Amino acid sequence: MFEDVRDLYNATILERGRRPRHMRRLEAFDATAKGDNPMCGDRVQVWVKFAEDRSIAATGFDARGCEISKAAADLMVEAVAGKTADDTKAMFAAFRTLAQTGACEDCAEALAPMQPLAAVHEYPSRVKCATLPWHALIAALDGQGASTSE
Amino acid sequence: MSQFDVTSIRAQFPILGQTVRGKDLVFLDSAASAQKPRAVIDAMVGAMETQYANIHRGLHWMSERTTEAYEAARDAAARLLNAGDRHEIVFVRNSTEGINLVAHSYGRGVLKPGQAVVISAMEHHSNIVPWQMLRDAHGTELRVAPITDAGELDMAAYEALFADGKVGLVAITHMSNVLGSYTPAERIVQIAHAHGAKVLLDGSQAVVHRKVDVRALDADFYVFTGHKLYGPTGIGVLYGKAALLEAMPPWMGGGDMISSVTYETSTWARVPHKFEAGTPAIIEGIGLEAAIRWVEAIGYDAIAAHEAELTEHALARMSAVDGLTIIGRAQDRGGVVSFTLDRAHAHDIATLLDRAGIAVRAGHHCAEPLMRRLGLESTARASFGIYTTAEEIDVLADTLTKVREFFK
Ligand SMILES: Cc1ncc(COP(=O)(O)O)c(C=O)c1O
Repeated sequence: MFEDVRDLYNATILERGRRPRHMRRLEAFDATAKGDNPMCGDRVQVWVKFAEDRSIAATGFDARGCEISKAAADLMVEAVAGKTADDTKAMFAAFRTLAQTGACEDCAEALAPMQPLAAVHEYPSRVKCATLPWHALIAALDGQGASTSE
Repeated sequence: MSQFDVTSIRAQFPILGQTVRGKDLVFLDSAASAQKPRAVIDAMVGAMETQYANIHRGLHWMSERTTEAYEAARDAAARLLNAGDRHEIVFVRNSTEGINLVAHSYGRGVLKPGQAVVISAMEHHSNIVPWQMLRDAHGTELRVAPITDAGELDMAAYEALFADGKVGLVAITHMSNVLGSYTPAERIVQIAHAHGAKVLLDGSQAVVHRKVDVRALDADFYVFTGHKLYGPTGIGVLYGKAALLEAMPPWMGGGDMISSVTYETSTWARVPHKFEAGTPAIIEGIGLEAAIRWVEAIGYDAIAAHEAELTEHALARMSAVDGLTIIGRAQDRGGVVSFTLDRAHAHDIATLLDRAGIAVRAGHHCAEPLMRRLGLESTARASFGIYTTAEEIDVLADTLTKVREFFK
């Protein structure tokens, strides 16, 4: 049973959802923001530490929600390591396209860490679970305290 | 229909013959919105095909017939709730609008700043937010009657809220959409009345499962929403005692709600039309009338007996699923069962169940403060209707066991 959900609930997502590697609050951070999906109650908070050149040196998160939102946050941390704010925003735009349509021309490489979530477009009610941590991250980069995936 | 025959009931719901992802639909989300029987569909289509015009102001045959059909819904709603007078039935879009109407009109027009409104800790957002808005606009206080860990209204704490004599209105659910608990409406009203306060009951869930008698309850206001009672969306009912409705100012202005208009001033139509500005949901009203007649024909005794059996079966089967916790253990409860699984988040549960053709709801169920009170972010919720079968509950319980295995 449930063989047909393995496209989304694949080994990577299950592992990252259960045992996220980056789910921690950063002791020293430069920016933070919360993300809230009021439709379903998922919550996430993201902390970011910048390097000298303002690229992302470290990201940590805390998430209360489903496997998809936790796995998405965990993979996101790896995807944005070393990236500038502009890069990160461009990646989010690309990831959104990937999450909504399952395909994203020209973004395969930069988004490689997020590929395990590509099948989420088959689950329209879950797309916002996958994008919620990104909303929070962008809000942190923009100096806004809160965001929503509404 | 004396004997309850779920097979013949199901045969009247065209949608139940649908398959979802190649599997028979197991629809366990009726508390969010119920499916519609053929009688309701036919009444609405029939009206549009044979008997439709704007109502109340036409002098021609079509308008007169349509007015009759629409106004029959008022009679049906009055009968359903055992209201003393059909003019005590105000049509609104849904429960939310009914509650907002009372908050706006009774709240601002009759309650005084400094008076308090009491709600409970297990309200739907639609019975919280209007009272917060009233508080902020009008200076009323908002008090929350706590619930016990079992999910029952804490009656001693409820009564204590009246001690200072400030409470002017109580607005409490008649049945929780999350916990399935019924509230002791009669006691709630007695206590409020003993302290000079009026009571609005949110019957969105209760009216689907139980015979409601607003006069026996002595409720001052009672709201329900058509789409949960096997009727269409876009139509709901606010019952209010005539004297209260008379004393309330209208809340929306426009056509249909006036008795005369000049550029200087207008006078209001009688109750209930005073509260029904603009062209109403005519087809939906006709659909609601059909839904009420359909429910009455089956009878609340049969409905309640069927659902009590289902709920008992569900509680037994679901409790036996390893790692499953049922949220809410009220003594007096109905067929709405919220639960959590130790290994899986509610959304993941819902997605996997969906792949098995089972529709449940997951999230905060528009009751975030209740979730916080329970120390939860979300639950999954299975809710039953007149067409739900014990076999569907077995499928749910068996599939939940497999969901848990999947996340091991
Ligand atoms: C207890 C309760 N109150 C109010 C509502 C609001 O109903 P509606 O959205 O039809 O106004 C609901 C339905 O979700 C409910 O379950």
